[in-house]
Amino acid sequence: MASWPILSVVTFLPLAGALFIALLPENEAGIRNARWAALWTTLVTFLISLILIWRFDPASADFQFVEKRPWLGGTITYAMGVDGISLPFVILTAGLMPISILASWTAIQTRVRDYMIAFLVLETLMVGTFCALDLVLFYLFFEGGLIPMFLIIGVWGGPRRVYASFKFFLYTLLGSVLMLLAIMAMYWQAGTTDIAALLHHPFPLSLQKWAWFAFLASFAVKLPMWPVHTWLPDAHVEAPTAGSVILAAILLKMGGYGFLRFSLPMFPEASAQLAPLIYALSVVAIVYTSLVALVQEDMKKLIAYSSVAHMGFVTMGLFAVTAQGVAGGIFQMVSHGIVSAALFLCVGIVYDRMHTREIAAYGGLVNRMPLYAFVFMVFTLANVGLPGTSGFVGEFLSLIGTFRVNNWVATLATLGTILSAAYALWLYRKIVFGTLEKPALFNIRDIGWREIAIMTPLIVLTIVLGVYPKPVLDISSASVAQLIDNYQHAVGAVHAADLSAMTR
Amino acid sequence: MNAAQLPNLIPLLPEFVLGVGAMALLLVGVYRPADTGRFIDGAAIMLLALAGVTLAVLPSGKLVTFGGSFIVDEFARFLKILALLGSAAAIAMSIDYARREAQERFEYSVLILLSTLGMLMLISAADLIALYLGLELMSLPLYVVAASHRGSLRSTEAGLKYFVLGALSSGMLLYGASLIYGFTGTVSFVGIAQAAGQGGVGLIFGIVFLFAGFCFKVSAVPFHMWTPDVYEGAPTPVTAFFAAAPKVAGIAMFVRVAVMAFPGITSQWQQIVVFVSIASMALGSFAAIGQRNFKRLMAYSSIGHMGFALVGLAAGTSEGVQGVLVYIAIYVTMTLGVFAVILSMRRTTGMVESIDQLAGLARTHPTMAFFLAMLLFSMAGVPPLAGFFAKFYVFLAAIKAGLYLLAVLGVVTSVVGAYYYLAIVKLMYFDEPVGKFEQMPYELRVVLAICGLFNVLFFLYPAPLVGIASAAAHSLF
Repeated sequence: MASWPILSVVTFLPLAGALFIALLPENEAGIRNARWAALWTTLVTFLISLILIWRFDPASADFQFVEKRPWLGGTITYAMGVDGISLPFVILTAGLMPISILASWTAIQTRVRDYMIAFLVLETLMVGTFCALDLVLFYLFFEGGLIPMFLIIGVWGGPRRVYASFKFFLYTLLGSVLMLLAIMAMYWQAGTTDIAALLHHPFPLSLQKWAWFAFLASFAVKLPMWPVHTWLPDAHVEAPTAGSVILAAILLKMGGYGFLRFSLPMFPEASAQLAPLIYALSVVAIVYTSLVALVQEDMKKLIAYSSVAHMGFVTMGLFAVTAQGVAGGIFQMVSHGIVSAALFLCVGIVYDRMHTREIAAYGGLVNRMPLYAFVFMVFTLANVGLPGTSGFVGEFLSLIGTFRVNNWVATLATLGTILSAAYALWLYRKIVFGTLEKPALFNIRDIGWREIAIMTPLIVLTIVLGVYPKPVLDISSASVAQLIDNYQHAVGAVHAADLSAMTR
Repeated sequence: MNAAQLPNLIPLLPEFVLGVGAMALLLVGVYRPADTGRFIDGAAIMLLALAGVTLAVLPSGKLVTFGGSFIVDEFARFLKILALLGSAAAIAMSIDYARREAQERFEYSVLILLSTLGMLMLISAADLIALYLGLELMSLPLYVVAASHRGSLRSTEAGLKYFVLGALSSGMLLYGASLIYGFTGTVSFVGIAQAAGQGGVGLIFGIVFLFAGFCFKVSAVPFHMWTPDVYEGAPTPVTAFFAAAPKVAGIAMFVRVAVMAFPGITSQWQQIVVFVSIASMALGSFAAIGQRNFKRLMAYSSIGHMGFALVGLAAGTSEGVQGVLVYIAIYVTMTLGVFAVILSMRRTTGMVESIDQLAGLARTHPTMAFFLAMLLFSMAGVPPLAGFFAKFYVFLAAIKAGLYLLAVLGVVTSVVGAYYYLAIVKLMYFDEPVGKFEQMPYELRVVLAICGLFNVLFFLYPAPLVGIASAAAHSLF
């Protein structure tokens, strides 16, 4: 039964859908069909991806559903597979795509067909990134995503879309090409680009350090970490709502996933030595970008900065390399994927009605939009990290994971949770509470059925995972445990060697 | 044993086909001047195809003739096929242009055939004299076709400029060749390799002059100055031809001489290639940013691409040569595809060359815009398009050879270069249309579709090209 290549199906089904849409005529019916075809493709992809959870064996730390085919000749192969670290992201991607398509249902009115094609191609590339078990293949998917995202921001974006799309593309490309060189160096060192084999290949320390920095260049831009985060607010503000959703929920996670898949297990000694750098950058990200978020006038920009701050918790937790820290990092990424996506959707809802994202243009929405006020509140509180929401679990785990390793970092990072409460609640108060004074808002409609359908699964997930986070933690626990074992082993071996050298 | 017997002519068969065919077509053209343009174009493409077939049926393995001055190995086969394809595409792409601009002359195709004959000789040349003969046979028709638009000031200027600078570079190349002959006592590459030993100042001087000549032919910095002017001035189909086939032959001679004649002193010529490569990549990336004329932009783009191809040669290894071969093959497809678009930038008022005219192409000509966008992303080296694999293999070789600085500078300039490719995509996709072009001619559609699909789908099955390039590279070592 395990014979059909389920991961390839999940990865390339959206591409097939995109090809189908490309054949549709460009008239009224064609546009309607393009929307429905995109929705069905993403829904079916999501359902198939659920089979993955069902057949996944959480007790095993190995890669599962592995497929391997010759590709570039030699040792560079088409290899796909998931383990407990990548599976949550695959599901997250597949699950958010139908939501993004639904969110664009009426908001996108120009070149609908091209839009749907771009989104479906993007889904293929994103799922592929998380499934790839070969470095070159990973790079292919990782970078390929730039093209559709560039077009999504540039064609359907806001007034400064050209600037934002170029900045997004060039920033990310610059980081990634350095990673490509590191991949090549690793290939010559280890003789293979098979990720499963590289995970156990002992790289010499000098190469580890260079490669670590090269990978950092790529993932830090993608995640993004302070100080290379500046493309993110621009890209978020200019992108269409669904573009922001995908950007925040999934593309950013590729960076965190990259740290987890490559930097930590493949360069453990370099990671151990350079972890203080990551801590410093994370703390700056958490505190500084939270402060920056406090003074934003644009709703999307505020959420974008809050994303950077939340990603700071992720990097901090991951590089603590404790069971809680890593699990917290993964959980935080999943949770942020849901919550930030939902927040951008919340912004999109009012933007669709008022065509402005300026915070000052709103106020008192609770009077006309009680349902919206409720939805927005759930996600604001999840963003703050209120216990009982998924945001709490991730932040809490990464903080205690880090506390075990470095008290100061954890203490400073905790400041961020206070600041996040400040900006998130401030935003909520400005937009939802108060009296309804602005004449433009007098006739604003509450959310409709389509929007409720989009938001319900996200609300359910946020609260369920907040109360009962076990499913996500269980899926990843075996892989995380193995990662930490190998890491401690490698770092311990170096320590032992150092000690024996000193005592000799 | 008859000492005066003819040398083995079998390896020369494709060149015979082309040479005899070209002269026959010349006779046809001279005696039947009216209405033969179409026929001769078709016949020329058939001849190129026939030469390709002849090449394919030659006995396999390494064939050497004329006392070792003419070699047909896997390397030569690979590049000859590529040069033939480039020339055939260039002739096909010129048909519609010539008709519309009232430039139908049978000489055009014949000159391209003769130039291609020179390329084939050049690719197979295994001593300095054969190399020079091939080079001149390739270049002289190029000077003429560059100026073929006799009524146009720009075209004649381009031809003259190309000729004068080309003669200068030939002179440098000859001077270098004579120095090398003087210091090694032989012109054959194999003999030079044996005599070169540890190098020496005189020999290095020779190499520098020789390489300067090569750099001119492949338009690498600092001998690139002619490229933008000639690209812009020459009639567009001629530019398309310049950008593809002669570059293949130029890179072929560069690689063959460097690897066959100077294998023992790699570290000494490596510095030259590294410098030329970095300078070409940087200039190609930065100087193209300000260009509005698409042909001029492509000139800088090709300078940059030659820099990337030379990264592979700088490695000086078999992987490096493999990288060069993969790069040049993919480069030819990218360039021909883009020129197919440039040639179809025609409004009712005539040809337009500014990239601003492409604004909103995605709305007016979606298929053309899609393929051009993919070709441009491919040129920028963005995966999963073919251009990524081209860069992948050259940098892979550079990293293995320990040329880290070259590799880092290379990828950084590729990001700079991505900017101007993106700027064109932006024009096509983000901006408002400025009016439709005329219907794209049939031949150009075919070329664009083939090149575009090749670049988009290359990642599905890259193994054949990579494998053949690897075999070709190994035949040099």
